[in-house]
Parts: sequence; C-alpha cells; structure tokens
Amino acid sequence: MKKTIIIIGAGIAGMEAATFLGSMEHNVILLEKDQEPGGHLKNWQKLFPTLRYGKEILSFLQEGIKIAKVDLKCNAIINNITKNNNTFIVNYSHQQQEINIEADAILVTTGYDTFDATKKEEYGYGIYDNVITSADLEKIFTTGKPIITAKGDPPKKIGFVHCVGSRDEKVGHVYCSKVCCVTGVKQAIEIKELLPQCDVFCFYMDMRMYGMHFEAMYKKAQEEYGVTFIRGRVSEACENIDGSILIKVEDTLAARPLKMSVDLLVLLIGFVPSEGSKMVGNMLGLQTGVNGFYKTADQHALTNISNVPGVFFAGACTSPKTITNTITDARAAASTIARYLENNPIFQRKLT
Amino acid sequence: MKEEGKRKIWREYQKEIADDKYYYARSCIRQTFFPGSEAAFINILKKELNKDIFDSAQHTTCTGIAYHADVVPFETTMTVIARQFALMTEAGYENYVPSCITSFGLYTEVLETWKEFPEVEAKVREHLFKATKREFKKPANLAHASDVIFKHRHEITAKAKYKLINVKTGKPLRGVEHIGCHYAKMFPHKGVGGAEYPYVLAGMIQEWGGEVIDYPERRHCCGFGFRQYLVKANRGYSIACSKKKFEAMEPYKPDFILTNCPGCPMFFDRWQYAISEMEGKTYGENGQGIPVLTYEELAGLVLGYDPWILGLQVHQTPVEPLLDKMGIDYNPNAKFLGPNNEYLNKPIAPNFLKFY
Repeated sequence: MKKTIIIIGAGIAGMEAATFLGSMEHNVILLEKDQEPGGHLKNWQKLFPTLRYGKEILSFLQEGIKIAKVDLKCNAIINNITKNNNTFIVNYSHQQQEINIEADAILVTTGYDTFDATKKEEYGYGIYDNVITSADLEKIFTTGKPIITAKGDPPKKIGFVHCVGSRDEKVGHVYCSKVCCVTGVKQAIEIKELLPQCDVFCFYMDMRMYGMHFEAMYKKAQEEYGVTFIRGRVSEACENIDGSILIKVEDTLAARPLKMSVDLLVLLIGFVPSEGSKMVGNMLGLQTGVNGFYKTADQHALTNISNVPGVFFAGACTSPKTITNTITDARAAASTIARYLENNPIFQRKLT
Repeated sequence: MKEEGKRKIWREYQKEIADDKYYYARSCIRQTFFPGSEAAFINILKKELNKDIFDSAQHTTCTGIAYHADVVPFETTMTVIARQFALMTEAGYENYVPSCITSFGLYTEVLETWKEFPEVEAKVREHLFKATKREFKKPANLAHASDVIFKHRHEITAKAKYKLINVKTGKPLRGVEHIGCHYAKMFPHKGVGGAEYPYVLAGMIQEWGGEVIDYPERRHCCGFGFRQYLVKANRGYSIACSKKKFEAMEPYKPDFILTNCPGCPMFFDRWQYAISEMEGKTYGENGQGIPVLTYEELAGLVLGYDPWILGLQVHQTPVEPLLDKMGIDYNPNAKFLGPNNEYLNKPIAPNFLKFY
C-alpha cells in the first residue's frame, strides 16, 4: 500500500534513501533548505580514494530521484512537526507558501556541519591570512583558482594539520571524524600535482586509513608524491612578519620539538552535529548521544531507528561517515522504513 | 592579519570587573622589582578615578611561588588564601584585587576548586577557624589589578596628558603586550580576551593611542617560568626564553613592552641588560633597549606622573627612548634623586646598552 514519507535534507543520504523508497512505489517528499540538492557533496571537487569528481556522484544521485519520481522541494523551511497517532503533520514554507503535509514516516537526513576552526584559537583561523581550512582549499580546487598565498605568491611549503576539532577534548569533541585523515592525503596529493615543487607536510596523531584503498593512497602520497608525514599535534600557529605561518609541533617519532614556517597552513576540519539536526531534533523530540549526534536505538543493529516511532535516521546525522558508508546507510534506512510501514514483525525484535 | 578575527574572540571572553570598592592585595615581589607600580595603582584609583580602595597591612603571601615550587601543599595554600578573604570580609569589602598574576591565578584556582568540591571549602573553613578563629565570605568579584585599569581605561584617556603617539612622527607607538601565563592560560574565561589573543593590555595600548604588535613568539613564556629560575642552574633556560622573544619581536621595531605580571617585566628588563653584556646585542635602535613597563607605569606616564616617582630609574633597560617619543617633560638630572632630592647613587653604566 502506498504510503507517504517525508525526508528532511537532500544530501547524499536523503537523495539515495528517497530513490530507494520512491522505487518501492511510495510517495516520497524530499525537503531541502538550500537552493539545490547535494549537501556538502556540492563543495567537494574530487573524492577519495579514487579522485573521481564529486559531481559524478551527484549526477548519479540526481538521476535516482528522477527515476523514482521523488517530489523534491528545495528552499523548503520546516516550521513545525506534530504527531497525531501514527501520522506526522509537517508544516513548511516553500515559495512564499505555508504548506501542511501528512506523512506516515519521517526520515531525518540532516547531515553534519563542518567544525568552526576559529574555535581552535591557537591556529589563528580567521585571523592569520594564510591559515585556511580543508573546505576552503576544496573551494579553491572546485573553482579552479590558483593556489596562492594572501600576498599572491605560489606557496613553497604547505602544512596540513590533522584532527582540527576532532579527538580534541578542549573543544568538546572526543570523537574521530573519520574522513579528515584521508582527505588530508587526498588534498596533499592534489597540491603536489598542481605544485610539484611545493613541499607538503602533514602533521597527524594517527593516520586512520581504515577504508579499502586508503592505505594504498597514503603510501602513494609518500612514495610517489614525496609528502612528508610528521607525527605530532601542532600546538600553535603564529604569523611571521612576511605573512608566513610559524608552527610549533613535537615530532613524537623523533622525540624532538620542531618549529617550521609554512606559506600556507591547511586545517583539516572535522564533522559536528548540524544546526539543522538540532532544529529538527527539537521539533521531534529526538535524543542525541554524548557527542551531540542523534542517538540511534542501538549502536549495532538498529542504527536507522530513533527514539520516536516512525522517525528514522540515515547518513552523517548519527555519526561522521564517508560517502560510501552514507549511501549504504541510506539504502538500509529505506529498507527499514519500508518494513516499518507494512508493520513487519521484524520490528518486534528487541536487543538486550 | 585580520583584526576582526581577534575582535570576534575578544567578544567571547568578557569578564565582570567590579566598578568600585576594591580590596587590594599587594604582591610579595613587585615592590622590589618595580617599586613605584603599586603606589601608582593606588594613586590612580584614589586620586584620578575617585575609587574606594583598601590597602591592607595585614595580608601575607598567597604562597603562590612556594605552591608552584611544591614547597607548600595545596591545603596550606587554600587556608592562607582563606585568611586573605577573611581580612577582606573583616574590612567590609567584597571585590578582591590582587596585584600579582601568580596570586590571581591561584585565587582563581582555589575558588574554582571550591566550586567543584564544596567539601574542600568546608574543610578549609574549619582549618581557618581552628587556627585563627576567622571566618570569611568569598569575593563577589575577583579581578586582577590590570583588569581594573583596563575597565577604567577610557576615564584615564579622558585625563591623559600624553598619548602613545610619537611626537616627532605623529605615528602611533608600537607596543608588545605580554600577559602573565597565570592570568588566562589556566582559566581563559577569567582573562579579558582569553588566553590566545588577550585583550587586557592590548586594549590599554589601543585606547591610549598606540598600536599593538603581534609577533611569532607572542605566546611564549617570558623566562619567569618557575622551574627555569627557582633553580639557579636552570637560569640559562630563562634567559633563552626571553632571548627567543626579543629576537622574534625585534623586526617589528617595538617602542615598548607592556606587561601585567611581576616576573615578566623583571626578566624582560633584566635579561635585555644581561644579553647586552654577554653578547653585545641590543634590541632597540642605536644601542638602545626596548623599554619594559608595567601597566601601572604606562597608565602613570599617560596621566603625566613623574617617571622617577613611578620608579622608572630602577629599570635596567633605560626607559628614556620611550619618554622622548611620547614627548614627556621630565628632568634627566633628577633620575637618581629621591623624593627629598637626596642622591640615591647611580648604577655602573652598561658596556653596550645605551645608558642615560
């Protein structure tokens, strides 16, 4: 029987879950606050570990929602969500109209925000001209602008700082953001391809190369591209009189303090729970875990299920995820919702 | 460098500073290092700003240096500090203003400890009562003396006789600001502007017409780190720290260094002299050093106080280059005369540092 599902957030998870639910002949309404679907994927030029263009994945996802006849509403702002028995009433604004729509289930795919690097005050983001984030660098890649310092010179030395805002109790984020290590490797390779004469240094705590082909990419960065990896957390960054950035770090493998000037410092920023998640969570009474991401009904087996019956999760709103993991999670969420809508007995299972 | 980025951080680190009725706790060592500073603070508050400030003759050390040197246990420190609070309570004040940064850090640490562990506070109250029959109220407001000057910086500007402007060039004088580590590094939210881009001294420099220098070793220790100087054999580390900072700030051509800790001005001042004697190296123009001031000394100069009443003649790095740039009217012949015009004696002139 055809049911209505509202999906909040048309990023990777929202689009792919919408595609699968739509293909099951359900009525799927995909609400997106931005002008276009795609979420953060729109801002990423090439993807690890294949260096495929992000827009190829975006096209794939867009083709899916088209085939599955998903009703995509961009520039949609949710005002209120109420629940009446098993029916949700979602009130949202779209094209100067206020719309009420009833749904049998809600899938929350509100994703993540990137960490605000100004919170790591000691790195001087937003103060020192030549300190940028991995997202800023990706924007440079995407727009095809030259990689230059604030003064307009090509950099001779670039430093990458790993784990900015992740695994860091000082900013209240003890978790690993999962994608930054390999993003650092990817961006270091891209820099070396664009500026072969530029020395690239990555300062890391651990290199978490858990994904298939990540390790090979890491090895390639060292052996083929000559990227230098130094194990140590950068303690502070300062601006030299010429605008270059002086960094202090302990090389923990050599057991020596190290001081180095780089022309450009790139901060590999992690994931934080999105503002959209907080807003929707408040409307629906969704629980969050210790790290602020949505809390799933079980960490192993019920990862798409929320504390509110009929509300489901997919993607990075529950934890940092790669694109691969997000697509898999979205399809799992679609399958879970389909079984919920037919009141399938698998929903009676409990975990002790 | 984007000033707006710093302003954003400064907005996040605002602290409450009482407006009046201060209980002042002097420093153990500042009167020896910079003998005019604390007197200048009291004068500025009483005479210029018409504030009520109580200068107790009864208070003792806070034990700070001994505590950080592991000589005095924390329980003893807390009880000594409880006695200071009892003196404040008995005097009828609630706003505690320590002159020393080590003290300020330690008072903050003790109050935060009591907030987290009320049973510890109860025990300390018991210890104090058993030992002295005293009781106390915790301060309603704890602010370092530099916070108080910062709070009233606009009123000081209104009464200023001199500005931090080079009278010959008309350009702002360039100041290095250096806060004591225990001012904000332990509890960033207890310091104006936080720990990474502190504003307490920068705000004074800007307010009085100067320009603040940000240089690569700005956050580095001045050399007063207790482990570096308490053990005489380690003092090479102390001078190495200061030297690292001088080398880093030198290209920016600072006209002065401004500090708010007992130790920082002492080491910046003394080690410039020592480095000049050891290596013939000076960091100012034409063999001059970079004058080092406390915030009270700078406020005093801005207000037109006599530099020699402020005690600037005891600095080992002469301050005259700054006095001349500010256009201060001073009597060079009175430099080594006491308040009653008695001759105080004159130090031996350094070999390299320009002496006046």
